[in-house]
Amino acid sequence: MNGVVRLILHRLALGALTLLAVSLVIFVGTEILPGDVAEAVLGQGATEETVNNLRKLLGLDLPAHIRYLQWLGSLLQGDLGTSLTTGKPVIEMIAPRLENTLFLAGTAALVAVPLAIGLGLVAARFQGSWLDKTISISTLAAISMPEFFVGYILIFVFAVKLRWLPSLAKLSPSMPLGDKLVLIILPCATLTLVVLAHMMRMTRAAVINVMSSPYVEMAELKGATASRIVMWHALPNALAPIITVVVLNLAYLIVGVVVVEVVFVYPGVGQLMVDNVAKRDLPVVQACGLVFAGTYTLLNMIADILSTLANPRLRHPK
Amino acid sequence: MSGHDELKWLATHGRVTRREFMGRAAALGVSTALASTLAGNAAFADDAPKKGGHLVLGLDGSSSTDTLDPMSYCCTAQYTLGYQFANSLVELNEKGELDPELAESWDTDATATKWVFKIRKGVQFHNGKELTAEDVIDSLNYHRKPDSTSAAKAFFEPVTEMKATDTHEVTITLNGPNADMPYILTDYHLLILPAGGDPKAGIGTGGYVIESFDPGVRAITKRNPNYWKENRGFVDSVETVGINDLTSRTSALQSGTVHFINRVDPKTVGLLKNNPDLTILDIPSAGFYTLSMLCDAKPFDNADMRLAMKWALDREEILEKVLGGYGVVGNDQPVSSLDRFYADDLPQHSYDPDKAKFHFEKSGHSGPVTLTIADAAFPGAVDAALLFKESAAKAGIEIAVDKVPEDGYWSDVWMKKPFCGSYWAGRPTADMIMSLMFISSADWNESHWRRDDFDKLVLQARAELDNAKRKQMYRELQLMMSEDSGVMIPAFNNFLFASASNLKGLIPTLVFTGYRIGEQLHFTS
Repeated sequence: MNGVVRLILHRLALGALTLLAVSLVIFVGTEILPGDVAEAVLGQGATEETVNNLRKLLGLDLPAHIRYLQWLGSLLQGDLGTSLTTGKPVIEMIAPRLENTLFLAGTAALVAVPLAIGLGLVAARFQGSWLDKTISISTLAAISMPEFFVGYILIFVFAVKLRWLPSLAKLSPSMPLGDKLVLIILPCATLTLVVLAHMMRMTRAAVINVMSSPYVEMAELKGATASRIVMWHALPNALAPIITVVVLNLAYLIVGVVVVEVVFVYPGVGQLMVDNVAKRDLPVVQACGLVFAGTYTLLNMIADILSTLANPRLRHPK
Repeated sequence: MSGHDELKWLATHGRVTRREFMGRAAALGVSTALASTLAGNAAFADDAPKKGGHLVLGLDGSSSTDTLDPMSYCCTAQYTLGYQFANSLVELNEKGELDPELAESWDTDATATKWVFKIRKGVQFHNGKELTAEDVIDSLNYHRKPDSTSAAKAFFEPVTEMKATDTHEVTITLNGPNADMPYILTDYHLLILPAGGDPKAGIGTGGYVIESFDPGVRAITKRNPNYWKENRGFVDSVETVGINDLTSRTSALQSGTVHFINRVDPKTVGLLKNNPDLTILDIPSAGFYTLSMLCDAKPFDNADMRLAMKWALDREEILEKVLGGYGVVGNDQPVSSLDRFYADDLPQHSYDPDKAKFHFEKSGHSGPVTLTIADAAFPGAVDAALLFKESAAKAGIEIAVDKVPEDGYWSDVWMKKPFCGSYWAGRPTADMIMSLMFISSADWNESHWRRDDFDKLVLQARAELDNAKRKQMYRELQLMMSEDSGVMIPAFNNFLFASASNLKGLIPTLVFTGYRIGEQLHFTS
């Protein structure tokens, strides 16, 4: 187990470096973008006088590297800073949004991951049959459509035509859990359809790959049923690539859902980040960037650790 | 059924849009004024509005960076919410005139430099405080103060003094005469808030009290039981949902999740019209799109070059293809046909390749002319530029369309590149839009057009209290802009809203239509 602890520490240190690099890239990126927060906030209505007033008010008249170091300094003290456009602490803006994002991603994962692995196993078990083909074709068809299109189709069928579900997922913090779940059925279904194929295909391929190993043939010879072979002999040895793909998709569910948030007016972090990039509100953009980069780093680390644990050869290196 | 009865029937049964109604009225030979009255009183505003219900508005132009502070308002969702919880001093009505709001009445001296506003008595803010002249002064000074970042700051430049001359009287003194001074106060930033309070608190004198505000998502307001205004504020509560995605907004209306949406897509409005549960509100406005040339940059420093462009633009085609026919062709001057001072006898610029060619050759310029454009300029701006390129090509003029990113368009392209596009929401008076974008010293002199005779006449017209004389002056001004300035106006755009057909009460105005729907709309069943 010592190796695993060392791996975690090593990964955490690298993760912190990654975050620092990401924050620098985001800062430089927003500096390169045309216009600053003062011009963006005032938009077409900006005059030179009001722009200068706002710049002075927000401290934008300082040189870029000083602003970055100031931001980094307060971050190290645990302070994400204050939004330039709303004047609210960034943490107050991002916390409820992050909760929503995790809620949607979590629910979608609870549906999508078991479904994808289950379908993958069924497809592997009945490889080449009509069932396998139907599963593959339908999930591949779903992933081939852009997610906003999947969302629009679901809205059209279930909200406009059948009127079973609301077309907007406008959550509010005070809502009971049941109401929240009803509201996110459509976005959740959209996300599920989008991530299903990737995980399902990987499960199927990994299991089929293992199925051609000599020990599976041995299991067949000793008389084990096909289902038992898939579940007990093939799956545990195919876990590593499946875990990697599942975790990659989990990360996508958290950081890649801006389009779905826009279509369903879901108050998540993605929308917050896009709005604030448009307004050049650097502290908020930085915070969102750190959340996203942190999510990726953390989930990748978990994927590596789980793969190591799932593989006896890596668990007990010689 | 006589013509009038048919109109009344159509109007009261609400099965027609305003556009169709006006068309039908024209066909029946009813004057536009009468048709407007009928439409205004019947289909748009019901005689005995029913109270109650929860109204859900789906509006674009909302962002998670929004606040309740009137100084920061930039977009529709914010204006609409602002007028739910607060009021202005005056309100623009359907005829383009002013109705009293928190100012009960106003008067000026013979020179139109000193204006006295009587403030309504017995009006309470949501926190129980009574409205006085101090609140008015404080609210206006908030935008006027030197370090203000308000878009309304420029309106107060001519103001030399603003003081409370009684507990309920405000006197505003200007550095020069302005017969339209009270119109300035229709601006949606100039909401009256309690003096000394937090401008972000969302406390006003409005018909609805802020219950919750989740920026970029939604705001919920409840009817103010103490609302001072009669015949306004019908529904029990209003939910303002920000839906920036056009398709989501449309499907939210179709699915019944919201009752009212703004900015309907002219391309799909035909599909919505077929739905008997929905009403389309197509309302002419003073807002317009522009393609502007900088008069101090080559090659547009030449008046013939500007005329060549104006004659090479096929306005009808742009109106039809870019605006879907929902608008009116423009004539390169910003006063809309709805305005009190619109001159209806000016020569109209239309598509004429021969004239375009004549002026182009006379200008002495050769080679392509670059038009820098992005869809940020106005919806369909890139399409409009490409149509312009084609129509100009037939006159032997080569337009090079330089398509740039939408992001940063207003800071890096607009008023910087010699030829680019923009949009204007229109202003309640001819003087305001001219002062804003045509006089030499204007911050937003979009075409860098500077003419002393124009500037002088604008000041003269502003000071004139005799409307007949003013109208003559404004005709002259409109002619100058149309013939000489670098601003091309292909079209005035209509407001396009859609609502559940059991929703009534929207009051159309020349500008700002829809900003006060919170207190106007009511359900009929």
